[in-house]
Amino acid sequence: MSDWVFLAVGVMLLIAGLLALYRIIRGPSILDRMIASDMLLTTIICALGAEMVYNGHTRSLPAMLVLASTAFLGSVVVARYVSRRTNS
Amino acid sequence: MILDSILDILTGVFLLLGGFLSVAAGVGLLRFPDAIARLHATTKPQILGLAFVLLAIALQERQLSTILLLIFLLIFQMITAPVSAHMIARAGYRGGIIAPHSLLVDELEQAIDAAPEFDDTEPGSE
Repeated sequence: MSDWVFLAVGVMLLIAGLLALYRIIRGPSILDRMIASDMLLTTIICALGAEMVYNGHTRSLPAMLVLASTAFLGSVVVARYVSRRTNS
Repeated sequence: MILDSILDILTGVFLLLGGFLSVAAGVGLLRFPDAIARLHATTKPQILGLAFVLLAIALQERQLSTILLLIFLLIFQMITAPVSAHMIARAGYRGGIIAPHSLLVDELEQAIDAAPEFDDTEPGSE
């Protein structure tokens, strides 16, 4: 497999991460920031996977597993916080 | 050897698809006007883009232990990503961050109106 495929994938994941970062910084509400940080985490998982394919190893799989199974906790906590604050 | 090159090409195609979905989510995140449209744009690649990347890993690594771990990973992501998206949308609706006039159909409001009144302060929260 030629290198330009991996270069293209890396550039695309970089653009996605930068756009998510822009939304985290600029996002008008805290929910926009949480959506963008969720997406940034998914992009990081995808980047770990692409790096494993490029270098031909499987050492990052546990990190991907833990990230995928605990990524939702942050959003749930922030969402609970937002509804609690607006209720009272 | 011809099988190897076919699998390599498929791996590249799946990786490119995963990257393209990530970029599409990023563009949606940048361009869409409000929180719930951005949520719509970003929740697709959370499952499908990751599934493409995991498929690329499975095609490249072709071992039973790796593929089992990848299946677990995808199942975890499929369980948890809708939970966080649902919680964020619910908090936005209840917190008034989602503008009511931006919704064409608001089934939740009808459900809330139809529900009997109850005291929703949680015990122990005071």
